[in-house]
Amino acid sequence: MTVALASSLPRPGADDAVRWGVVAASVAGILALPTVAVVAVAASADGSAWRHLVSTVLGEYVWHSVLLALGVGTGTLVIGTTTAWLTTVCAFPGWRALSWLLLLPLALPAYIVAYTYTGVLDYPGPVQTALRDLFGWGPGDYWFPNIRSLPGAILVLTLCLYPYVYLLSRAAFVSRSASAIEVGRSLGLGPMAVFARIGLPLARPAVVTGVALVLMETLADYGTVKYFGVTTFTTGIFRTWFGMGDRAAAAQLATALLGLVLLLVLLERWSRRQRQFDDAGAAAAGTPYPLRGWRALAAAGWCALPLLLGFLVPALQLAWWCIDTFGEQWRRGFPELMGNSILAAGITAAIAVFLALLLGYGQRLRPVPTVRGAVRVAASGYAVPGTVIAVGVIIPLAWLDNSIDGLARELFGVSTGLLLSGTLVAVIFAYLVRFMSVGIQTMEAGLAAISTGVDDCARALGCAPKAVLGRVLLPLLRPSLLTAGLLVFVDVMKELPATLILRPFDFNTLAVRAYELAEDEQLAAAAPAALAIVIVGLVPVFLLARGITRERRHA
Amino acid sequence: MKTKSVLLALALLATATPCLADGEVNVYTSRKEALILPLFDRFTELSGIEVRILSANAGALISRLESEGRNSPADVLLTVDAGNLHRAREAGVLRTTTSAALESAIPTTYRDPEGYWFGLSQRARVIFRSTERVGADAIDSYADLADPTIKGSLCIRSSSNIYNQSLVASMIASDGEEATETWARGVVANMARPPQGGDTDQLRAVAAGACDLAVANTYYYGRLLGSDSEDDRAVGEQVAIVWPDQSGRGAHVNVSGAGITTHSPNPDNALALLEFLAGEEAQAWYAEMNHEFPVREGVAPTSVLASWGPFDADDINLSELGKHNAAAVRLMDRAGWR
Repeated sequence: MTVALASSLPRPGADDAVRWGVVAASVAGILALPTVAVVAVAASADGSAWRHLVSTVLGEYVWHSVLLALGVGTGTLVIGTTTAWLTTVCAFPGWRALSWLLLLPLALPAYIVAYTYTGVLDYPGPVQTALRDLFGWGPGDYWFPNIRSLPGAILVLTLCLYPYVYLLSRAAFVSRSASAIEVGRSLGLGPMAVFARIGLPLARPAVVTGVALVLMETLADYGTVKYFGVTTFTTGIFRTWFGMGDRAAAAQLATALLGLVLLLVLLERWSRRQRQFDDAGAAAAGTPYPLRGWRALAAAGWCALPLLLGFLVPALQLAWWCIDTFGEQWRRGFPELMGNSILAAGITAAIAVFLALLLGYGQRLRPVPTVRGAVRVAASGYAVPGTVIAVGVIIPLAWLDNSIDGLARELFGVSTGLLLSGTLVAVIFAYLVRFMSVGIQTMEAGLAAISTGVDDCARALGCAPKAVLGRVLLPLLRPSLLTAGLLVFVDVMKELPATLILRPFDFNTLAVRAYELAEDEQLAAAAPAALAIVIVGLVPVFLLARGITRERRHA
Repeated sequence: MKTKSVLLALALLATATPCLADGEVNVYTSRKEALILPLFDRFTELSGIEVRILSANAGALISRLESEGRNSPADVLLTVDAGNLHRAREAGVLRTTTSAALESAIPTTYRDPEGYWFGLSQRARVIFRSTERVGADAIDSYADLADPTIKGSLCIRSSSNIYNQSLVASMIASDGEEATETWARGVVANMARPPQGGDTDQLRAVAAGACDLAVANTYYYGRLLGSDSEDDRAVGEQVAIVWPDQSGRGAHVNVSGAGITTHSPNPDNALALLEFLAGEEAQAWYAEMNHEFPVREGVAPTSVLASWGPFDADDINLSELGKHNAAAVRLMDRAGWR
């Protein structure tokens, strides 16, 4: 409200605000192009394939997707918030190390964790073999849970995705709740009571954002559910498109999925609208609750569990496989693969942060429905499977290329060929569409934590919006910028389907190599590339971790 | 503004990339790099033509070819399964090719009647049994997979997989849709577990005792037998191959194959590559490296392939598989084959 009022006042920069709004809206429009292309293809379809889907498999897709989302949402919510709370507010053996170790699963792509757990827990794997040897069981003598199932997929995705909730709720606990927590403590509340009655409600916007990110990742996941044989929307889209060769029906499924995501986004907005969280007082971290005896043990065990299952077990399995296959794989051009992965992820992260800032600030200056709506649309790519985005990118880019080429041929008699399709530009465009949401959400959370009063002061002192952004907000937003960039970077490192379809000739990444070998059922040979993704993915995680340790030192 | 210059630099880089030199051939392939790179290197060595590749899922490559249209840099589409090759033909991304060398090397069943695509290696999709728990003559046809007596003992992968789609398409071509749907329902009823994993996983499951019978392509079995890993070889020894329908239509055989793209900028080089791949050296390589059967007659089989004995193959023209693909997928949906 204050911003809208401020920008209607006749003061330097009011026109600027309009201009920011226009820029934000056009960026959002370009990013929405692929999604629009997919919806347009869906609208052009005739209904016969759709009727077949509805009468046979659609119900199962919806049901499984919803169960998966509920399971992973609940799991990440519980693990993410409780571990974040314990490591920020309580002191127990190992809490300092755990506070950043808990981020490690962020470096592991879910599909790779799925491969490793299959290796560990399947019938021929070490666990079941040991059980059979130990008890003399034969096949069929005992019951053992099947990891390649819906519960298995929920487990794997929860272990891989909880760091999103952990990271965002942790930031909220650290920056917002310190004084409130002190009050709670002085009134004699125990750590869990403060968590339930003060910490969680105060951190709700951040927690909801984290869970929303998790749910979008879950709905867009293809690798894990495909490998586990769980039929969801994404596997249905692939199957309809590549199995039935029906791109239009696949686009219709994608549109239905998009609807589901839109619902999610609206829910998140609505939840955040419920309360305004401008933080008036400075954050001063209090002294942590010391935990002793069984409480300390339980807290340490609870926080170590997701680290063990989400990182150590899969990483050790990968390392074990690597022993046999590393030498040969290294000779097959590893440094180049790493370079390509880092290049693509680095460029994308830089552009994504820049654009997220543009969109976030544009929305802050002009919080009108059109700008807000445009930003939501720009962020919607996150839940669309990479393959669908790739098609959405191919259609408009190829059209543009062919139009320019046609024009050049007609006017000058020369062919310009394909200017954008099949280049790194197309790949990065797809990444931006897919992962912009990560940047936007982080940036919005960061901006929301800065009172709009700050802008008003600067503006009243005669700063133009650009100066407000550069001189006032940017320095305050540095942690958010870093977080946004790193999250995008790691996501791009792991991205697979869009890279596969759009990449230029002879442009291979680590994810592509790992996938090709795993798809070919050579899990051990895929391990070195997978482990390399994990190691490169660890770099930003360590940077994030350093942020956490430093913020503690300041506190 | 740095971003702008980065974008500009990228755009310039992009315009430089698609400039095609004379001595090139650009291949879109869904085959794994490890399986084709050595062959391409050899081709470059012999011809001086450089091969550039882009590997991805077959459906995605066809889509990309469609969108790129006349500006596509691709010369050759190389993929597995006649179903995919037929789909590429239907999408209009392949051109017809006439080549005496290709036509004499490749039998008519393994290539498109009008020369849109050519099979380059063959594999059979057959039944495997546990040597321990299933007798050698307990099962001898695809029809037996739907027999209620083997309830709960069959492992087979998902119906999303093109190999299963083509197997079912071949049954539609031979027995009609209705009979095939009844068969598919029988197969689903006999499954030991919901479909999951790839073909090797099904063979591993038989060896591990999770099921008694599996359906897989022959080269996966060959790979296990020829593996460096002792565990893999042990799996291979616990399963035995069953050649189905030897007194009837024969085992279902499919190919990997390639065609020249409609808008190929280097069609002569593309043809040279195809002829090389159908030549004796490359054909022997397929058998040696990936345990696939050569399409060319007179190429000596490797010892592993020879150990499986001779078999009769279904002699349906493979382009039929593509025609029945959509019907096969819908049929499996209706039968509850996940």
